[in-house]
Amino acid sequence: MSVSEQEQLAYIAAQAADARVNLELETEDGMTLNMGPQHPATHGTLRLVAKLDGEQVVAAEPIMGYMHRGYEKLTEVRTYPQVTTLINRIDWLGSFANEVPFILAAEQLMEVEAPPRAQWIRTILFEMSRIANISLYIGDMAVQIGATTPIFFAFRDREHILNQIERVTGGRFHPNFDRIGGLKDDLPAGWIEETKAVIKKMQTFCDQMDDLVAGNEIFQARTRGIGVIPAEVALSYGLSGANLRGSGVDWDLRRDQPCGLVYDQCDWKVWTHPDGDSYSRFWVRLQETREACNIVDQLLDNIPSGPIMAKVPRIIKVPAGEAYVATENPLGEMGYYVVSKGDLTPFRVKIRSASFSNMSICPWVLKGVFVPDIIAILGSLYFILGDIDR
Amino acid sequence: MTEVPEHLLKKAAEARAKREAAAGSSAPTDAPEAKAKDEPEEVVVEPDTKAEEALEVLKEALGDAILASHIEPHRGLWIRVGAQDWRAAASAARDALDCKFFDFLSAIDWLPSPYGRELEAEQDLNEAKEPEEMSWGYTGGETRFQMLARVYSLSHHIGVMIKADLPDDEPRIDSLIPVYAGANWHEREAIEMFGIAVNDHPDVRNIYLPGGFEGHPMRKDYPLLARRMKPWPGIVDVELMPGDES
Repeated sequence: MSVSEQEQLAYIAAQAADARVNLELETEDGMTLNMGPQHPATHGTLRLVAKLDGEQVVAAEPIMGYMHRGYEKLTEVRTYPQVTTLINRIDWLGSFANEVPFILAAEQLMEVEAPPRAQWIRTILFEMSRIANISLYIGDMAVQIGATTPIFFAFRDREHILNQIERVTGGRFHPNFDRIGGLKDDLPAGWIEETKAVIKKMQTFCDQMDDLVAGNEIFQARTRGIGVIPAEVALSYGLSGANLRGSGVDWDLRRDQPCGLVYDQCDWKVWTHPDGDSYSRFWVRLQETREACNIVDQLLDNIPSGPIMAKVPRIIKVPAGEAYVATENPLGEMGYYVVSKGDLTPFRVKIRSASFSNMSICPWVLKGVFVPDIIAILGSLYFILGDIDR
Repeated sequence: MTEVPEHLLKKAAEARAKREAAAGSSAPTDAPEAKAKDEPEEVVVEPDTKAEEALEVLKEALGDAILASHIEPHRGLWIRVGAQDWRAAASAARDALDCKFFDFLSAIDWLPSPYGRELEAEQDLNEAKEPEEMSWGYTGGETRFQMLARVYSLSHHIGVMIKADLPDDEPRIDSLIPVYAGANWHEREAIEMFGIAVNDHPDVRNIYLPGGFEGHPMRKDYPLLARRMKPWPGIVDVELMPGDES
């Protein structure tokens, strides 16, 4: 196997780029700390270069692109139904939630509405992927701080939710279940009762984690007052989801920007925390998992009967227009700006992923913190590399 | 099974009526035509007073700088400005309309792809395409590249999509970082993906691509090399099933 000249050039270019980054962050009297690309706190391959003065961070710069897959370019050569396969892989812990905003944007352009039953099941699966995603975060956050036990609880209990998602969709991680105009399939027999039991288990899991992690003195000492983000700064950087609510901004797209999901049909609460530190972000996420269990539990009681698919043509051509639809995903606001020219494929899709904006605050928030706090802050901001790099 | 709530039934009935009306008026062939036929139905949609008010506020703040605007009832507000008014439009949205939340920033290349859709790869490959006419989306446009940013007002519950035409000879625009600090990374992405120059950007390193990468991949005339190498049987997926029409 020979290496082509082009590949050689690409390799040299990559090396040169790396060298330049290192040089820029080289300090005269301090030192440069390189973290990653493979680090357990990075949920993928993120590299963090920090310029230190003693134990304190003078400047930190995340370096991404190790997992850039060019989804925005690829969507331009995929038909609308094929796009969901790609976007499943953006946030791989809560895959179903990735599909929903894109499908809703396409439905909005086509003036199609999914039947009530499909909307109900969509909302249930959406919230279940939130539980699967954030329950792992809760365990993972404890690992960052140094407590290894909770992650095993998290993996154990998340499995129940994944099994239920698999029973409906056939896929544990990448369901690819949402269709323009409804869903691929109906619920299997007996699913509702089983899911109710699973939700009970997850509620117990949340209580356990509340005691084990949130109530833990060491955990609090490591996270309280660390990485404080004021509300104004959070807004100007476009932080969303629990990171924004952890800074005391009462903003939840599920409540404030309803679009085709049935959150108005159940009784739930948006949790906020005024502190804006790492602990408050963790706490808000923990409450959100509880609330998601609560939402699923209520919705399971009232699933309406009826079809699960609206009448849509087999060959889907989306009328010309532009639409931006965003939903409150496990990681924050995820939206798709779809520009259609009336063709089989989108003309342009801008993927507004939550982690990209959430991470863009890193250089700001990491300035002046101590080295062990980097991990606590990165962990609490919670990002998935697929969601940053797309 | 429990009952379907009334508001959903109503919604479904409305959607059904709309679809039937659309289907009734001969075969919906082309998108703009189908839309025109739908127009009598559109009367049902209530006017979006919130967006109209927001547009008034912006018009007051920016005056003639707003070249065009578009309101999609209850779905959004679009405005278009010239490249020189880009930063002014963003700060007007932030100050006059209280749009504190910076949603995203990107660019659009309106050039029709010279490579076709690349779906029917075997037919498409290596064939020179007839250049299509350039056409723009909402609020129209004049130039190939448009900048695009969305900001949101949490207090007024209204999002504004700001577009700016970039000059054709050299796509160059002011940075939004003084107005929204979060624009930094989004602009870096636009710089490397679309080859847009941003004035006063403090950090123009590539964010995703390797340092020496040549070309700007999100431009429409940048070929998707994988499709050039290997035919893609994608179109097969949407073949007609037996018994299907249209």
